[in-house]
Amino acid sequence: MSAKLARRDHRAAWLFLLPVTAVILLVAVWPLARTFYFSFTNAYLDDPSAYSIVGFDNFIEVVTDHSWWIAVKNTLVFTVISVAIETVLGLAIALLLNSAIPGRGLARAAILVPWAIPVVVATKMWEWMLNDQFGVINKILSGLGLVDHGIAWTASSSLIMGVVIFVDVWMTTPFMVLLILAGLQLISPEIFEAAEVDGIPAWKRFWSITLPMLRPAIGVAVLFRVLDALRMFDLAYVLAASNENVMTVSIYARDRLISFQELGVGSAASTWVFLLVALVAIIIIGVLRLDRATGA
Amino acid sequence: MASVSLQSVSKNFGTHAVIHAVDLQIEDGEFVVFVGPSGCGKSTLLRIVAGLVAPSNGVVAIGGEDVTEVPASRRGVAFVFQSYALYPHMSVARNIGFALETLGLAKDVVNQKVLAVARMLKVDHLMDRRPRELSGGQRQRVAIGRALVRQPEIFLFDEPLSNLDSDLRMEMRLEIARLHKDVKTTMIYVTHDQSEAMTLADRIVVLNQGRIEQVGTPRELYHAPDNRFVAGFIGSPRMNFMSVSSHMAADGPQIAGAGHLILALDASADETPVAEIGIRPENLRLVDQEEGRIRCILERVEDLGHEHFGYCRISDDTVWVIRLPQAPLPDRIGKPAGLDFPASAVFAFAADGRRILSAGLKDQAGEASLP
Ligand SMILES: Nc1ncnc2c1ncn2[C@@H]1O[C@H](COP(=O)(O)OP(=O)(O)O)[C@@H](O)[C@H]1O
Ligand SMILES: [Mg+2]
Repeated sequence: MSAKLARRDHRAAWLFLLPVTAVILLVAVWPLARTFYFSFTNAYLDDPSAYSIVGFDNFIEVVTDHSWWIAVKNTLVFTVISVAIETVLGLAIALLLNSAIPGRGLARAAILVPWAIPVVVATKMWEWMLNDQFGVINKILSGLGLVDHGIAWTASSSLIMGVVIFVDVWMTTPFMVLLILAGLQLISPEIFEAAEVDGIPAWKRFWSITLPMLRPAIGVAVLFRVLDALRMFDLAYVLAASNENVMTVSIYARDRLISFQELGVGSAASTWVFLLVALVAIIIIGVLRLDRATGA
Repeated sequence: MASVSLQSVSKNFGTHAVIHAVDLQIEDGEFVVFVGPSGCGKSTLLRIVAGLVAPSNGVVAIGGEDVTEVPASRRGVAFVFQSYALYPHMSVARNIGFALETLGLAKDVVNQKVLAVARMLKVDHLMDRRPRELSGGQRQRVAIGRALVRQPEIFLFDEPLSNLDSDLRMEMRLEIARLHKDVKTTMIYVTHDQSEAMTLADRIVVLNQGRIEQVGTPRELYHAPDNRFVAGFIGSPRMNFMSVSSHMAADGPQIAGAGHLILALDASADETPVAEIGIRPENLRLVDQEEGRIRCILERVEDLGHEHFGYCRISDDTVWVIRLPQAPLPDRIGKPAGLDFPASAVFAFAADGRRILSAGLKDQAGEASLP
């Protein structure tokens, strides 16, 4: 190709990229930049035009706030436990759905239902089912004679984190199942047949063939879920508003920003959230070598 | 080493019957090739032997022992897949030795065995590579090595050479033949390529639509096919066929076909009327039109250097291939010509495709002898 032709190609490429670049600038880069900017100011939400630059004061205020560290702890506990359970459960269900059991087509469709329900609806649904007086869960438990009076699942400070994790597992395990199932279906069945004929026992087939070959799929699924879980807001907020036992970093940022109207400090908290998520993403990508792992 | 026996083995996938009551006896140490067109059930039958597919009916026995209910892992068979099915995340060495890892052998014993097999298959310089870093031929060798290292009772190959280019296919064919000579293990080999079957097999099993058409040595299948299917499937270029009609002429029964073909039958002829005849390209001779028993037009000649094929149009829908001893003069192309053949070269088939052994074709004066 001549240099002139190549130049024309490049121009065309940039032209095609222009609309999407504009959209990204508008909806992602601009708000991010604004947030970043406001985090260095003492602006308040009622009048964002009146402010002065305060340097890193807001960032320092956030990390010296006891509540922030509670939120960080809650977020990490929630992320680690829920993603771990979802991964194990997702893998198990995906393996089950991938084997030739009768009715698996129906099962595959049914597994998607929890994922298709909006978070707020699902959360409210579980809140009612877990209600200490009218909830169906307590009804069943007392019917079975396991408890003598209703357990206040969502009111008890020691149980509520468990409830949040439980509802999240219920809602997002289907996502894990789907991603892992897609990975499973990429593996040629002949590889398992070869191992079977070669007399490799089932547990070794799982450890030495299935798991290593699924690593990229599981890695991507875990990455998605971890990033999602670190930003989690809706589930905990609908269930418990700003209850300190399940307050996540996103809820913390929201409280500073909306409840306390502190645009500057809220933006700083949001920036910390962003940095936390980015750091974890980089660590996961590095540890799992997701950039290099290919299924083949 | 072990014999294999299938007793009225059938397989249905749902309502789709794929294998119909197959009976087959394979002797210890034999090299048997299943051959047949794509979709005829060769792979399914092989997988039934391996234990990867359970038969719907019938008995599979290995070494005289009923193994119908025995899982693949305990049948002592090794399977080489068309796709090679190597473990993509393992090195060549681990691919070959993986099956030995669970046998409780000492590590250096495993390594020794792996190395010996790798040397034999000339992949010992690739031990640390991943399958994706190998060529097709090298992958195939590793797949064979993986089978070999276990010293199985029976080797099963499912179209192992189909993904290779033709030079490599020839080379690997020789190696597989040599492998069988060396290890003398029973081998069952599936292919759709009749020339692969002819060159490798002690015995060939011709399959068609889930049924065995014929079992025999390559020579038997070539010279004495039981039916039209086998006659047409074995041999390259394939046998020429022509529909004929039988009738009574003044001087006795005869059959007639396109290109003014008339063949006299003697009184000893079988009751079954001849519906179709077949003649192999190598048994036809190109002659002048008046001298031929079939009239045709020489349409085209293929010159492959060492051999030459003529395409002779006999009627609108019949073109016969003829193997020529040398390329004919160019001015014969497009001109009328004749085809001559000895009566002994004619295969006669009944309407249902069965071969009629005593069709009673009369020799005729001045007949050409077989080349
Ligand atoms: N697992 C299966 N489920 C349904 N049909 C199958 C299955 N395996 C093979 N078949 C069908 O059985 C027939 C024979 O297949 P196969 O044994 O693979 O043929 P070949 O190896 O001779 O090409 C084909 O019609 C194929 O579609
Ligand atoms: Mg096949």
